[in-house]
Amino acid sequence: MEEPRKNPGSNVSTTVLGADEIILNMGPQHPSTHGVLRVKLKLDGERVVGSECYIGYLHRGVEKIAEHRSYQQFAPYVDRMDYVAAVSNGLGYCEAVEKLLGVEAPPRARVVRTILTELQRIASHLVWLATHALDIGALTPIFYCFREREEILKIYEKYCGARLTTHAFRIGGLQYETYDGFENEVKRFCQDFGSRIDEYETLLTENRIWTGRTKGVGILTREDAIALGVTGPMLRASGVQWDLRKAMPYAAYDQYQFDIPVRNAGDTYDRYLVRMEEMRQSRRICLQAVDNIPSGPIMARIGKVLKPPPGEVYHSIEAPKGELGYYIVSDGTTQPYRVRVRPPSFINLQALDRMVRGALVADVVAIIGTTDIVLGEVDR
Amino acid sequence: MTKNPLEKDPASKPPGGSAEGSPASPGPGAPATPSAAAPQSKPAAAVPPKASAPVPPKEAPPKPTPFDNELIQRLKTHFGTSIIEATLDRKEAIVIVAVSQLRDICRHCRDDEKFDMLVDLTAVDWPKREKRFDVVLNLYSFAKNERLRLKTHAADKESVPSVCDVWVAANWLERECFDMFGIVFDGHPDLKRILLPDEWEGHPLRKDYDILKQDTAWVRENLGIESGQ
Repeated sequence: MEEPRKNPGSNVSTTVLGADEIILNMGPQHPSTHGVLRVKLKLDGERVVGSECYIGYLHRGVEKIAEHRSYQQFAPYVDRMDYVAAVSNGLGYCEAVEKLLGVEAPPRARVVRTILTELQRIASHLVWLATHALDIGALTPIFYCFREREEILKIYEKYCGARLTTHAFRIGGLQYETYDGFENEVKRFCQDFGSRIDEYETLLTENRIWTGRTKGVGILTREDAIALGVTGPMLRASGVQWDLRKAMPYAAYDQYQFDIPVRNAGDTYDRYLVRMEEMRQSRRICLQAVDNIPSGPIMARIGKVLKPPPGEVYHSIEAPKGELGYYIVSDGTTQPYRVRVRPPSFINLQALDRMVRGALVADVVAIIGTTDIVLGEVDR
Repeated sequence: MTKNPLEKDPASKPPGGSAEGSPASPGPGAPATPSAAAPQSKPAAAVPPKASAPVPPKEAPPKPTPFDNELIQRLKTHFGTSIIEATLDRKEAIVIVAVSQLRDICRHCRDDEKFDMLVDLTAVDWPKREKRFDVVLNLYSFAKNERLRLKTHAADKESVPSVCDVWVAANWLERECFDMFGIVFDGHPDLKRILLPDEWEGHPLRKDYDILKQDTAWVRENLGIESGQ
């Protein structure tokens, strides 16, 4: 990509085509921005020469709200950040507060948490796949993806009564026991799901339009990915085999066998392959976990009023989008002094500019899709 | 909560069967049932809901303790008194550094100590302190699989060196910090609000920010009534 040239004697930059650069606002109501994201594109013809994101349309001040709620009261709010992966948000928050308190959830609770969180990863990746494919013009996958996602949401609904913003976990463990037939339903879903992933792959993986639209598009190198703090499937598609579930195991992940998929090209196609493989691995974890749920209590003995000793903690989990961290400062009262959420979507979105430079306008749609952002989490 | 009739659930039988066999043993008999059925999994039906774990032995509450290791020693030899304090809180290393040396220390951590990723950059407001802000950087090293938290104290209106040229990731994080706390990062390429509108007044995550003030003002101006909040 050539740099825009400056006209001698003028401060108006001219482009390769000799025409002026134009500014194109994509969003905040563009269907492929998955919410209210506005990307201001600087274009040379159809090539993108620069971009800037305008975010904050969904800002609700979650971190400020936390300072006015007790530790338990704040737990449902975190579900509203990444609302397609609410269970993962809840897990991160509950574990962070547990670490702050110095308690640990009982083994049974940890295994049930692992199962529900892995199902959530599958559900979140299904939403990503459905919308990403839809953006690029593959209309079919959304019907299949939402069919399987529905099964997961039904399991959530039976477990805790909610489908999306579940508030499934409590600080110290779980509020609810698993329902009768929980194991069988999870098992049956996982058994069916293996062939379902193959089905999605037959639609896309070797589809010429799909490969044409994704291969070599939105390349993020390994060095850039690390410097930009990108985590999750995006980092793994750039050649870094790093997953918090292995690097710093939490919940019950140290008990299960699973692989971390990694690809090296760092383009949209590789990110697609990494996420597809992650769904298979999540299914594998669920199948292992569901056969051996230990018996015992589901709640650690913590009081009704939580007063963590003064101090601070940073705890992070591998959410479907990347590293979701909670930095909580306690001053010894019942309300957190400060809750900072390290949102994977926000930090991954910062890499968008690096990926769209030199791409075509139509590729921007693919690149936003592959970043897998949820604006509720970007803006908090 | 209907159960699929096609499903056979063998594990749910033992509790039912044993209850029939010994109907009047609610006390000591009851806990024996789940453990008998335990190897086959399916404890859900057997375990009474909301059972709690046995009381853990009382431990001393976690407290920040002074911390020293080779990394801290190396940092101290390089930067001397700029490394103000090193503590360990809940097994997490925290190093408090002088604000003037922040960028150099960061660059050193990235290049020589292999903390190659800036995970998070944020701030905490302690309005009663002389230097009210803690700027907190969470670093991670892929090579060592270790985290390090750098902290520096900054007074209101005191500029903090930007670490954008050390980690590109700091760009938006510092903008958010500026937006929420009003901390000015010196050397940031484009320091402006990121989540709030440009015309917003105040910095919401400061402890002395009045959450209702702007709301009541808006209601009074636009609706001509007093806000009910």
